[in-house]
This record gives sequence, structure tokens and C-alpha cells, in this order.
Amino acid sequence: MPTEPILKVIDLQVSYYTDAGRATALAGATLSLNPVEKLGLVGESGSGKSTMALAMMRMIKPPGRIEAGQVIVDGTDLRTLSDEQMLKARLSKIAYIPQGAMNSLNPVIRIGAQMVDAIKAHDPKANKADIEERCLQSLESVDLKRSVYKMYAHELSGGMKQRVCIAISILLKPKVIICDEPTSALDVVTQRQVMETIDRIKDEIGAAIILIGHDMGLMAQFVDKVAVLYAGRLMEMSTVREMFTNPKHPYAIALINSLPSLDNKGVFQGIPGLAPSILRLPSGCPFHPRCSHVMEVCTKEIPYLKALEDGRTVACHLFSDKA
Amino acid sequence: MADLLQLKNVTKTYVRGLLSKTATTALANISLTLDDEKPTILTVAGESGSGKTTLAMLLLGFITPTSGQIFYKGQDISTLSGSDRMTFRREVQAVFQDPFAVFNPFYTVDHLLTVPIKRFGLANSKREARNLMNGALEAVGLDPNDVLGRYPHQISGGQRQRINVARALVLRPKLLVADEPVSMVDASLRASILETLRDLQKSFNVSIIYITHDLTTAYHIANSIIVLYRGSVMEAGDVDTIIKSPQHPYTKLLIDSIPWPDITRRWGETEIKAKETDYSDQTEGCKFLARCPFAFWPCKNTTPLFRLSEHQAAACFLFEEKPRIEMERLTELLPM
Repeated sequence: MPTEPILKVIDLQVSYYTDAGRATALAGATLSLNPVEKLGLVGESGSGKSTMALAMMRMIKPPGRIEAGQVIVDGTDLRTLSDEQMLKARLSKIAYIPQGAMNSLNPVIRIGAQMVDAIKAHDPKANKADIEERCLQSLESVDLKRSVYKMYAHELSGGMKQRVCIAISILLKPKVIICDEPTSALDVVTQRQVMETIDRIKDEIGAAIILIGHDMGLMAQFVDKVAVLYAGRLMEMSTVREMFTNPKHPYAIALINSLPSLDNKGVFQGIPGLAPSILRLPSGCPFHPRCSHVMEVCTKEIPYLKALEDGRTVACHLFSDKA
Repeated sequence: MADLLQLKNVTKTYVRGLLSKTATTALANISLTLDDEKPTILTVAGESGSGKTTLAMLLLGFITPTSGQIFYKGQDISTLSGSDRMTFRREVQAVFQDPFAVFNPFYTVDHLLTVPIKRFGLANSKREARNLMNGALEAVGLDPNDVLGRYPHQISGGQRQRINVARALVLRPKLLVADEPVSMVDASLRASILETLRDLQKSFNVSIIYITHDLTTAYHIANSIIVLYRGSVMEAGDVDTIIKSPQHPYTKLLIDSIPWPDITRRWGETEIKAKETDYSDQTEGCKFLARCPFAFWPCKNTTPLFRLSEHQAAACFLFEEKPRIEMERLTELLPM
């Protein structure tokens, strides 16, 4: 039985107003996610991955602005909430672990006090012993010792700090957790341990995970669905199996082909050309100058996301006539 | 055979504290020789804190070893002076991790290329300098018209990193120390930068020491590999052999943890559970002891290298019955 999606993002648009004009950092992103599902959001730097995460959290700062769209978490549209309500919703409905979160721990305050802060902000009346117990449990659930509660950030290794951040993000059992490159500063062994922790936690609290990153290897090993962003547009969304065995969009194909594998040593297949600046997007499909299947229509019309028969969505003129 | 670079039992210890001194061994007893005639790509791999950047700094002469010596073309680099020092500085070049930090935002990117040309007096006229710059940029796959005259913020990370390689190339180096050159570059551009490095090694006869934590790229670019953990060599040898059949428990764990972009090859197939430990052991024994699932009593002693095959050796007592090989002969294991 298909479950009700816990997260629905509908036609989310974000623009930045700069001196050089309006830059559309995210143009109509639409996706939905079921509980305990893991979505990978991939793209090159500047493709709008982090913008999308911030927009979902309503944390876009001027000169950026959310132009349109809905972010529905557990039946509530976050965009209709007042600022006060949104403050409450963060961490309790939707949590965000930003890039390099482990460096955001306050160096002069004990880990425990920083965790207590988060609970108090949402639940000022809770009693002290209760709060402490919740924090300790949260630390234990990310495989940290209870003694970490009394430690300072500098006493912990990178992997442990990242776990503390995960522990903070699950304090209020959010429905959706957005992790922005949670392991980019960690080595592979620690990375695997941290990802395994996230996986287990997600099952325990029944949250959906959005993993942002550009490491396709990590995506292949961790997520269920992959969404590929390019120049602020969703190019393709499909299950991880389909994405790696049978990618449809030419950009997705090039991305998959550029990955190193064990079989063909020494073969490098980069993607020719450079990602466009969102201030000077090419006409039509933003990928057309680098695309090997470019057609005349690609230079004129922007392809919109189309659903294919098997539930995948692709934004490419190659697939316009079907479905 | 002339040695381009020779490390003799190099150890680097950082001492911290004024009253109670604590010493951290960043690199322990490394010996290594690179041949002048046969340029190669050697990978030094390891996680953060394994001493790989310390090694880069030592090779570049930025820091001096606590004990042991580093020779460049037969001369100890800590005693180089005058013109020899200039030659060393010119012939040993570096490409650093962060393509954003090396540029001064107030200068155009030309600055990065003109300074070394002036400093080493490589060109007699402006035109000659221009030709040198254009040549180097073209060698790394950039169109000079695209990048010259631009400011760093106007070009992409991939282009910046290539300019860094071009800068090194202008000086016609013999040895390039590349410290995580692609870790901050987008995945789609990584492939082309690595390809550039490999082509340079072939066409300009440059030896490259490729320092990384990313074994996938190491596998594709290098001939041989040294795996470091907390300053000690864990495993060394031919890159194909080590990536495809690692023997040391640490290398096994490392390779098993690589997220391969291949859904048929799952993460953690070989069940090695590493313990996460917060204590830094200062014992004489194996540095991996605290995390190793196979640890047994001999591991508390200094671990020698055991030679497993012609091009593979592991520093682990699990292979005690194999012949020992002295650290000084590490180079023999590395196919060039």
C-alpha cells in the first residue's frame, strides 16, 4: 500500500536579486518523499542544491527570495506559517544539518548545554532532568558515549562532532532531515560510520532523509531516489538503481559516465564545457551547449519535467513525445 | 641511475606545550627514492592526520625533518644555498588543495603566472613571457583568451586548479607535489584535471607525488601507492594489487569503505568493523592497534614491513611468516 508522502515540494522557485540582475537559482522544483525514504540531491557547485535546502527551511536571506511554490511537511505548508510558527517547525518538523555543521558547534559551551538550548527553545516548560535525559538518549542513539554531554567541541574528533550535530537534529524527532554534504570533511572510514548512523536513526524516528552532495558514489550506496539538479533545474529524478543502470537525461548519462570505476583503469571521461552561470543562462535548455544530443528545439524552448511510464521524471526534449 | 629525490629515514615530530611537552609523530621513518630517468606517479594515501601533508611540506622544504635527511639530486635540501636552492625551488613545484585560497582576489590570474617567470628570469621579453604563459595554459587544456586578464572570481574552480597546474608547469619542474588537487573540485571536472596531470607526467617527464585520501582517483592515475596511517606506512606497492587485493586490515577497511558509484558493489561487503577510538596511542607498536579487529599480542612491538609479493608489502604481524623487508628498501616495492 503506497503511503502518504511526508514531504511534498511543489514548484518551488527561488531568485537572488543582484546588481547584475535577477538570478533564478531554483526554477520550479517539484518532488515528493515518503517516510523513511532517502533522496539524494546531486549537482555541481552552483546548481542550486543548497538553495533548495535553505528554501525548504525558509532560511533564504535577502537578496534571495522564495518566489513561489509550496513545501508541505506532514500536511502543513511551511510557507503559510508565520515566522513564529516557522521557528517552532524547524527542528520539530524539518531539521537541517548544514554543510560543515561540525564547525558550527560553539567552542566555549559544553555540548550538553548546546543541546539543552535547542529543546528549551521549543519546549520552555520542560523540566531539567527530563531535558537532560532526552539529550543523553539522543547522544546514545548516534553511538556516542553519555560523557560527551559534558565535553567541549575540541575534545571530539571530526566524526564525533558530526554525530553531535546529528544528535541535535533528531532531538525533536523531525519528519524530514536535510543533510547538506554531511561527510565531505571526513575520511572514508568515518564517512561510512556516520552514514550508517543516519540510516539507523531514520528508521528509529521514521523520518525522511534528503542527502545533498556531489559524490555519486555515496549516493549509489546510500539513497533510494536520486534527483539531479543542473543550473537550478531538476533534470531527472528516478530510483538509484535506474539512475545508475539506465540514466535517461543526457546530463545524467554524462555524470554517470564521468565516474571512476574499477574496470576501466585510466579512462577519464569528463563532461566537456562548463556549468553556466545562473546570471547568464543559455536560452532554452540550460544544458544544451554541453549536450551531445542537442536539437534545434533545445536552444529555444525550456524542457519541462515530464513523467515517464515507470514513474521517473525527466526534463529533456528527447522524451517530449512519449508518455 | 641518478636519484631525483631521496628520503632517508625521515621522521617528523611536532612538539607541543611549554612545561609538559607532548610530542606527536606526524611521520615516522620514511625512506623513499624517486628515479630521475623514469618519471612516475606515486600516490601517498591516508586519512586526515595520517601525515600526508607533513610529507608534502617536507618534500617542498617548508619544514625540516626531526631526523633523517632529504636529498634532491644528491644534495641535502636543508643545506642548499644560492643557485642550488633556486634550482630546487624551481624544479620542485606544488599544487595545493584549495583552488580558491591561492589566488589574490585583487590581481588578475596573470599575476600568478607572471610572478614566477619574473622571479626566475625565465623570459627576456614580454612577448616571450606571454608565449610561455600561453604554452603552459594550453598544455593544461585552457584557452589563454578565456582566462588571462580575468579575476579569480570570474573563473570556475576547475579552471583555477588548472591554472595552478599551469603555474607549476611554466617553471618546467622535475617533481610536482600535488596535495589533494581535486578534492575541492566538482566531480565532473575531476576527471579532466586528473587526465591533465597524467598527460603532463608523460609529455613533460615530470614525476608526480599525488597526495590524497581518495583511493578511487589514486587507482586511476598512479603507478604505485603508499598507504599511511598516523605517520606510519601500513601497506605499499603496486596500485592495482593493493586496491584490488588489500592485505593490511587498515587498507582493507579503507578500501571497503569507499563508496563506489556502482550499485552492484555494496558498501561494507567484507565485514571489518573498525572501532572508533578517541585515544591517541603513543606506543611503539602498530598505530592501528586500537582500532584493529585482529590485534594480538605482537602488535605492541614495532611492526616491520613484510613482503607479500614482488610489489606488495604490509606492516602487519598477521604476515609474520613472510620475509621482512627493511623500510630503507621501500622503493623496491614500488613499480615506477
